[in-house]
Amino acid sequence: MNDVILQMDGIIKEFNGIRALDGVSVAVERGEVHAICGENGAGKSTLMKVLSGVYPHGSFEGTITLDGAPVAYGSINDSERDGVVIIHQELALSPYLSIAENIFLGNEVQRGGVIDWNRTNLQAAELLERVGLQESAATKVLELGVGKQQLVEIAKALSKKVKILILDEPTAALNDDDSAHLLGLIEQLRDQGITSIIISHKLKEIRAIADTVTVIRDGQTIESFPVEDSDDIETRIIRAMVGRPLDSQFPPREPSIGPEKFRVEDWTVHHPIDVERVVVDRASFTVHAGEIVGFAGLMGAGRTELAMSIFGRSYGSGISGRVYKDGTEIQTRTVGEAIRNGIAYVTEDRKRYGLNLIGSITVNVSAAALGKLARLGIIDRNREYAVADEYRKQMNIKTPSVSSVVGNLSGGNQQKVVLSKWIYSGPDVLILDEPTRGIDVGAKYEIYGIINEMAAQGKAVIVISSELPELIGLSDRIYTIAEGKLTGELDRAHASQEELMRHMTAARIQGAGTP
Amino acid sequence: MTTTTPEQATAPVPPSAGTVRKKRRRVDMRQYGILAALAVIILLFQVLTGGRLLYPGNVSNLIQQNAYVLILAIGMVIVIIAGHIDLSVGSIVATVGAVAALSMNSWGLPWGAAVALSLLVGALIGAWQGFWVAFVGIPAFIVTLAGMLVFRGVALVLLTGGTVSGLPRAFNSIGSGTLPATGSPDLITLGIGALASLALVVQQLKGRADLRRLNLPRERTVSFVLKIAIAVVAIMYLCYLLAYNRGTPIILIILATLVLLYSFLLSRTVFGRHVYAMGGNLYAAMMSGVKTKWVNFFIFVNMGFLAGLAGVVSTARAGSAVASAGGSFELDAIAAVFIGGAAVQGGVGTVVGAVIGGLVMGVLNQGLSILSVDAAWQQVIKGLVLLLAVAFDVYSKRRTGR
Repeated sequence: MNDVILQMDGIIKEFNGIRALDGVSVAVERGEVHAICGENGAGKSTLMKVLSGVYPHGSFEGTITLDGAPVAYGSINDSERDGVVIIHQELALSPYLSIAENIFLGNEVQRGGVIDWNRTNLQAAELLERVGLQESAATKVLELGVGKQQLVEIAKALSKKVKILILDEPTAALNDDDSAHLLGLIEQLRDQGITSIIISHKLKEIRAIADTVTVIRDGQTIESFPVEDSDDIETRIIRAMVGRPLDSQFPPREPSIGPEKFRVEDWTVHHPIDVERVVVDRASFTVHAGEIVGFAGLMGAGRTELAMSIFGRSYGSGISGRVYKDGTEIQTRTVGEAIRNGIAYVTEDRKRYGLNLIGSITVNVSAAALGKLARLGIIDRNREYAVADEYRKQMNIKTPSVSSVVGNLSGGNQQKVVLSKWIYSGPDVLILDEPTRGIDVGAKYEIYGIINEMAAQGKAVIVISSELPELIGLSDRIYTIAEGKLTGELDRAHASQEELMRHMTAARIQGAGTP
Repeated sequence: MTTTTPEQATAPVPPSAGTVRKKRRRVDMRQYGILAALAVIILLFQVLTGGRLLYPGNVSNLIQQNAYVLILAIGMVIVIIAGHIDLSVGSIVATVGAVAALSMNSWGLPWGAAVALSLLVGALIGAWQGFWVAFVGIPAFIVTLAGMLVFRGVALVLLTGGTVSGLPRAFNSIGSGTLPATGSPDLITLGIGALASLALVVQQLKGRADLRRLNLPRERTVSFVLKIAIAVVAIMYLCYLLAYNRGTPIILIILATLVLLYSFLLSRTVFGRHVYAMGGNLYAAMMSGVKTKWVNFFIFVNMGFLAGLAGVVSTARAGSAVASAGGSFELDAIAAVFIGGAAVQGGVGTVVGAVIGGLVMGVLNQGLSILSVDAAWQQVIKGLVLLLAVAFDVYSKRRTGR
């Protein structure tokens, strides 16, 4: 409580009369890593936009004090001038420009409007070294993976003489290696005196690197306390986030497994452009009625490619293999055919593949099953509204009305809309790809409940996830996939994170996976 | 946590008393904004022209002279909602106009067959462009830019001799004729107005009754009644003006039919929903099983068909076909659609909005002509109106938090 660099007091921000922030206060000490936690829709991102001037001074109530002096930012440029730099969840780099050009975009090393390329590249190289990115400064950003792009963003922030670095869910899209590197870097920057504010859902991360955590719920500060490395801290954060103790991360379930429902044999998929490359190699698997089957694999192992190619060949080329439902071979040559044959695929990228973000909840829920609501091509819109409203209640979608635009909902509520859409399509086989990505603890629990309910109704449920505890907690059986091949099959009793990881990294182990 | 099967989900559950009051079906202010703008422009010119804008003869003229924009705007709004653009419609108008005139004058077809052939030619041109857009994957901007050149050229080739005139009177009346009239005032026109008003009231009441029966949110009674009252007054006033001129223009009947048909198509049918879904997020539409290629194809077939109709109407109005017909029609139609509230990125727009946008352009044309403003300045003014309309739209969207 001694050296406060940033103090936000009584911040109130309204959108169309709805309070997103209702008197939030945060105090950040100099040179600490300060975590902000809260469910989706709690107001974390809004708070950071207030701080960084995205919402200009005057559009909210409350005060912001930096280094003891009150500030009034009119735009993001003003806050950056003071060394407050925000790195958004969706990275904002220009793909066709080089790393160096991106780092100094809007802040070019110049004299009289002419860029000094030598100094640009030199300084860029220094910054890259500081963030531990081994790439030439001339490399185009589109050639970099998400993890490396994140480092470029940080280098960009450093070039602006950053004092307070704000990271909005920095590891949401990163694999474990990249996450570890990024977290290490944040600690390193702290040692150099840079204060960080990190928004994250991942409690393990917070526990590992944060010094202090502030929990926000429903637009209000719940509590703020120092973080030490213990299990109690996670429990305390969760309790503050959801407003109740969470006894278990997973809702209880009595599996009732029926006969074989879904079988895939010798499924092979080639890359859509590089048509020689095999992305999925002779995969065979089964799912029984009422069973939840997990698919574990590292990024790029072919999990999503397997699922999307089965779902109407929406990925890949040169696809071969057979798909059976209830013992009869079915065709899934187009998405429409897959849906008609009772397959549903909930995408890992809901904004790109799952939702019409400018459409209402109603039109999104009905999108995959309009035929059920239409006669002779004419939609019964009253029934459609009633269906959407029913799902709003069942799924606990938090919204004033189902006429609301989906793009304005929080991530967890958007995911519930996508789930509603596919459940309404009445599938026998439900494929869920990263169903809880970017979703807070409370909404996760609800979504697990929905998944269990689907299994209880006798559907064959497939869950693809990068989070191994989630797979273990949810699945009856888990397949592992590595380099396009199924490398293992473990039942619930034998699945541990270590065992799964061993199979996920064990490429070229033959003969596993098929019963 | 329970989750219903689809059948359960359809059963409406009576909402608790607390939620009923809050839930009103949202009124689309955007649509009313443009309608208000149209009203303001009409009043403005009514004052500036000393009341001449709404002379019965001028109103009839306004409808007949601007029918082509409205017809094209109806097709164009669908194209634009789906995320495309069509630059070729003006050239299609010229080609189809040439086909219509030649088929009657040189090939000896009766006027009915000529109209049918013209519409078919329009649809075929649309199919040609739709093929390239939908199945080859060339951006519509390029395909229709090519089409703009190609079909202007075709029109020139067909009409090597220059103007083809002396078309049958029955054909010309599509563009400039009226339904038979009983005199002044024309009772048939007034009757049509009364019927249309009655139909509107009945349809609105029935829709509201359905909402009440299913316990779905409804508009406030005051605004509902007010809305219908204004619409009925507008319809009856229009018919009153027409009744004191020569009666109902034939083209008005065609336009009204198109507006009703296409509004229904976009807002109530699976096809319409697919158009909006593709404009909102093409990938999400594909992954929901929408046959996006076929939808794109039919959007362009339809645009070609309507461009063909616009060709017939404008040729009939002019009474002759020239290769330069339809010049900058595509720009008028695109402007109408954007003034009517469609989004450049696609996914947003309505038929009614596009038609109102077209009427704004039409009233501007008519009003400025009555004031004998120079044609060059008319262009400047229309350009600025387009810019301001879209700027206002962008501004109001930003203010309401996107």
